[in-house]
Formats: sequence, C-alpha cells, structure tokens
Amino acid sequence: MKARIYVTLKNGVLDPQGKAIEGALGSLGIPGIASVRQGKMFDIELAGHDAKAAEAALATACEKLLANTVIENYRVEILG
Amino acid sequence: MRAAVITFPGTNRDGDVSRALRASGADVSPCWHADHALPAGTDLVVLPGGFSYGDYLRTGAIAARANIMDAVRAHAARGGLVLAICNGFQIACEAGLLPGVLVRNANLRFVCRRQTLKVERTDTLFTGGYRRGQVIDVCIAHGEGNYICDPETLARIEGEGQVAFRYCDAAGALTPDANPNGSLNQIAGIYSANLRVLGMMPHPENLIEQLTGGADGKPLFESLGRAA
Repeated sequence: MKARIYVTLKNGVLDPQGKAIEGALGSLGIPGIASVRQGKMFDIELAGHDAKAAEAALATACEKLLANTVIENYRVEILG
Repeated sequence: MRAAVITFPGTNRDGDVSRALRASGADVSPCWHADHALPAGTDLVVLPGGFSYGDYLRTGAIAARANIMDAVRAHAARGGLVLAICNGFQIACEAGLLPGVLVRNANLRFVCRRQTLKVERTDTLFTGGYRRGQVIDVCIAHGEGNYICDPETLARIEGEGQVAFRYCDAAGALTPDANPNGSLNQIAGIYSANLRVLGMMPHPENLIEQLTGGADGKPLFESLGRAA
C-alpha cells in the first residue's frame, strides 16, 4: 500500500520561494500564471494493508514531524 | 553555573559557545543529541548554531525530535535556563520551547554580516549586563531567520514583554532597512513566558573579545555566569 502526503503553507503565510518561482516563470514568458505557492510532497510505502490505521498513523506523522502546523497544512492520501 | 552544550549532527557553533561560557566562569559539559539525560546538575542548556541535519525538511525540525530534547523540554518545564542561538533558536521553536517559527529570509539571501540590535529589557538572567535600549553590535549568519507567528501570538509576546532583541540601525532606530530577514516587528530574539528560555538568531558567542572585532556578546555570557 502506498500513501502520498502534501504539506502546504497556510493562507497568509508569506512564501518568498514561491514568489521567486513566480517571478522566474514570468521571466520565461509562460502565460496565465497568477501566483505560485511552494509546498512539499512525500511518497510513503506502507508495510500493512489497513488503510484506516495507516491514515491515522500518517496524520500523527504529519502532526509530529512532517508539517509545522504553526504555518503549514497537510493532506494524507491513501493510494491503495 | 553548570552549562550543557548540545551537539546535533551538523551543529558547528558548539565550540565557540562553550569557550564563551567558560570565559565567563561557567562549568561546561558537552552533551550528545542521542543521549536521553542531561548531565546531573545542569542549570543552563545551550542549543548552539549550525546546520543540524543539513536543514532537511525544515530548519531545526529533525533535531527538535532528537532523544535529548525530551530532557531539554523537562528542564525548561522545571524552570531551567535554555539559551538557543541561530539554528538552536530554530530547534527551540520546532520543539515547542518558544512560540512561532523561523522561515526563509524575505529576500531569499543568506545573510552573513555585522548587525546592530536593540536590547529590549535587562531584568532577565541573560541581559543583566546590558543597559535598557542599548544598541549592541553582533554577528548574524543565517538563511532562515525570518521570525513569524500568528497575530494572537505576536500580540501576546509583545504584550508580555517577551521580545528580547530587535534588529535596528546603528543609532537604534527600527528602520525597515535594518531588518535583515523580514522578521515581524524586527524581532531578533524572544523569551519564553517565564523569561528562562531565550532564542536569538544573532551569535553573541562570536564577539566576546576585542581581538576578534568586538565584545558586545560578552555581557550576555557574564550575566549567565553570575546566575545560579
């Protein structure tokens, strides 16, 4: 079983890296980009087959390490 | 004063901070991140600067989950002193010892230079050697020193007098140009609510004698040396 975790900055938290990427995309002339926010993605291989237990364990992993919930949100997807 | 200086993989300011502490009369014990206990009788825990775990994931995030940090949290909960410098400040925030978080400098540049700071209060065990409002000359060297927190936390730490130092110009004015990293309210260092934990981005240990260009860091270590 596999899972994917997304960690993104909360609304209102400044993202200077996203801004720099946004500027670079602008200078490449790529049209239609209003704004960019940078986040993180984690691909995780799970040893067991219990999706519910895995989701709970990964939420704990996010709370304890993968996200800093002062500034970041997280989302866990069990990919099956 | 018995100080325990913690070394994590990637810590690189442990030697100089130990030297600064010894020069001010402290008895210094090195302490390894994988240990579960602090040396007996520790009065002060120091989380030194560096690049623990290569700044992987978030600065200070992995070090904040090291074995020794449970003992550091227990020490702080007992009212023990903690001095957290640069990467140590990032670790202290990640470990929940101090509110808020340090993120990438607003201008995306690593800043390594001299910087003036304003001392906000002198009635703590860290800053008794300074004058209130004194402008001190220190070193900064960081890429993630941009202090942020939510508006309620900011109002609380400002209201409770938990700001230790602010970035200012040489005359002591809090001008935007004097802010090297975009920190809210030009915050360079903060205290815990009980004023026993200090986190700061600048490096007071770099400037403790005129031989190396200045001694404005020395009063901080002398003040700690007189405590406990």
